[in-house]
Amino acid sequence: MAAHPVLVPEPQEALPDLDINSSQGLLQWISSVDHKQIGLMYLWMSMLFMFVGGVEILLIRVQLAVPNNTFLGPEVYNQLFTMHGTTMIFFVAMPAIFGFATYLVPLMIGANDMAFPQLNALSLWLTFFGGLLLYFSFLAGGAPDAGWFNYAPLNQYNYSFQPGIDYYCAGLLLAGIGTVSAACNFVVTILRYRVPGMGLKQMPVFVWMILINAFLIIASFPALNAALAMLLLDRQLHAHFFDTQAGGSAVLWQHLFWLFGHPEVYILILPSFGILSEVFAVFSRKPVFGYAFIVGSGITIGILAFGVWIHHMLAVGLGNVVNGFFSASSMLIGIPTGIKIFNWLATMHGGSLRFSTAMKFAVAFLVEFTIGGLSGIAFAIVPIDLQLTDTYFVVAHIHYVFIGGTLFGLLAGLFYWFPKMSGRLLNERLSNWFFWLFVIGFNATFLVQHVLGTLGMPRRVYTYPDLPGWGTLNMISSIGGFLMGAATLLLLYIIIKGIRSGHAAPADPWDAYTLEWSTPTSPPTLQNFDRVVPVRSARPFRDLKRPNDADWLKPGKKQGYHAREQAVD
Amino acid sequence: MRENKLLIKLVVVTETFFFGSLLLAFVYFSLAPGFRAQQLAALDLRTTGLFTLLLFASSFTYARAEASYRRGAAGGVKGWLLATIGLGGAFLVGQAREFRGLFARHIDLASNTFGTSFFTLTGFHGLHVLVGLIVLGILAAMAFAGDFDRDRPNSSVLSAVGIYWHFVDVVWAVVFSVVYVLPHFTHFGS
Repeated sequence: MAAHPVLVPEPQEALPDLDINSSQGLLQWISSVDHKQIGLMYLWMSMLFMFVGGVEILLIRVQLAVPNNTFLGPEVYNQLFTMHGTTMIFFVAMPAIFGFATYLVPLMIGANDMAFPQLNALSLWLTFFGGLLLYFSFLAGGAPDAGWFNYAPLNQYNYSFQPGIDYYCAGLLLAGIGTVSAACNFVVTILRYRVPGMGLKQMPVFVWMILINAFLIIASFPALNAALAMLLLDRQLHAHFFDTQAGGSAVLWQHLFWLFGHPEVYILILPSFGILSEVFAVFSRKPVFGYAFIVGSGITIGILAFGVWIHHMLAVGLGNVVNGFFSASSMLIGIPTGIKIFNWLATMHGGSLRFSTAMKFAVAFLVEFTIGGLSGIAFAIVPIDLQLTDTYFVVAHIHYVFIGGTLFGLLAGLFYWFPKMSGRLLNERLSNWFFWLFVIGFNATFLVQHVLGTLGMPRRVYTYPDLPGWGTLNMISSIGGFLMGAATLLLLYIIIKGIRSGHAAPADPWDAYTLEWSTPTSPPTLQNFDRVVPVRSARPFRDLKRPNDADWLKPGKKQGYHAREQAVD
Repeated sequence: MRENKLLIKLVVVTETFFFGSLLLAFVYFSLAPGFRAQQLAALDLRTTGLFTLLLFASSFTYARAEASYRRGAAGGVKGWLLATIGLGGAFLVGQAREFRGLFARHIDLASNTFGTSFFTLTGFHGLHVLVGLIVLGILAAMAFAGDFDRDRPNSSVLSAVGIYWHFVDVVWAVVFSVVYVLPHFTHFGS
């Protein structure tokens, strides 16, 4: 194989008194600037907060299991649902995405680390301490209680005088700065540190999606950070941004929040699209169908994401022209998303499918995410939105896209990359149990909520009267929630058992295509690469393993994209 | 080290959106009745305009510092950096003077939507000038420690910091136009 220059120098000598080959325990992790360790810490952080957020929602499901329940009071209920949403979005989904991206992007582009390793560590710890700061509110007198999108004027001091919302602002500002700095780091890494030969058109789809994602973060998080700073000024220094009694505007908060919030939805789903593109290709034994269309529709989504935010505000009453425009743009953004679904179906078509747990989650994603997509399209229709807004139909919709979409994609990635990350194989039989338990629990929880929403059950109210059917449907939903809880515990058991006593994983257990699997060991050594496989197509590792059938030998055939351009910049 | 410059450009992009959000809030409130009258009464176009010229001049002196570095003239780097710090510092003094005058007339963050959005927008800009001055101070210290004395200029630090410093100027150009100049020509919210 041709040797390529190593792009990022690695320390060759140990620091004084610190032997590189001996383990320093926790200190080694805390002080690490290695992208693989930071990536793993992101993933563990996500797991930790998932359990906290999960316990919060299970308490809520106990309260909602029967009508007129008094298990939780309204104050505690408000704090729990606010913390559940905030935790799951900012401290579970985002760190999980950054965990995979931080671990895999340098490996996939043949680099030894991120462009700015210390900035990378800073991003992780800012995010982590942002999460701790948010949770400190419980000790400081009360958690935030105005919902994860924290609408004015409920976020004002008069309505929520506990310090919870101040901690919400401070914690999310901290995490937000970490997120933006990580995004800048990804852009520089992807644009400047690709191995020679890997043009933009030879990048794995996952790397493409992280690149698009990083630009979305850079453009959308400042709106949130500005809004949080304004809210903090309102609450601490008596400014009047969102104080409607003194000329402030509640709608301004909504505009700023959703200017961030809608791109955020795509920030959460695009990396999963990238993961699934890798998983479908490898487990169908085919290149991903229509590479250019998958990437192109990703870019289209990224651009359109900034033109749809008002569909969260259709009920505000901004007028028919505004509502009509954003209704149309929201339907438009469904098209590139739909294109991807067909790309993946076509990738599977005619392939020799291997239904490993990763592939099972990928296939389940196709079904569940399409349901979530269809209920999303329903909300783009203004009259339907006016009828269903603030009901459990919304709750069902966001969970079908965030769990059935984002989380299923992340789980597919977890089962796909776990052998490379840990050097161990997971127990396939238990993984299968986890898959079915989680999928059944998920559908039991949220499918019925479509019906509850249509019947008019409002979200965010701590109890409900004994109307016909409501009790039964809520009980089904609660049972489903506990099934998911049990499944999550099982997942933790599978992972810990895998790390402790799983079978040792070979370097390339799935016969995969991309560079992260070309490292000679699982997990990769501290220095990722001595030399990198030459890149002449989007499947460089397969080209190496099957030189007579290499993609770049057959331009024009349905091989994904394999033009032989040099690096673009 | 083109990476440094790319990183700082990305930071500039994200900061642009941040200031865009603050400006959006200011413009949004400025459409309300009575806002323009307060704006005209509270703000002194001439004095602030003078300090604005000082800030713009600091971009020019910084460009001279960069040019000196490229030529390998270490003395020029030191002199122009100090001039830049002086001009940036003068701008901050001017802003502090303006704020104190407004406070004396009981116009502050808590007084009304004009105070709220004005002090937030200009205050965050002042904060960015302050951060810039700290970084420039570090650069000047490096210059006097002899770090820029080499024959062949190969560090990207001056041009990377320059991107940020010029950005801070451009932000002020927009803020100054919208907050100080525009109310003399429009009739919104009068």
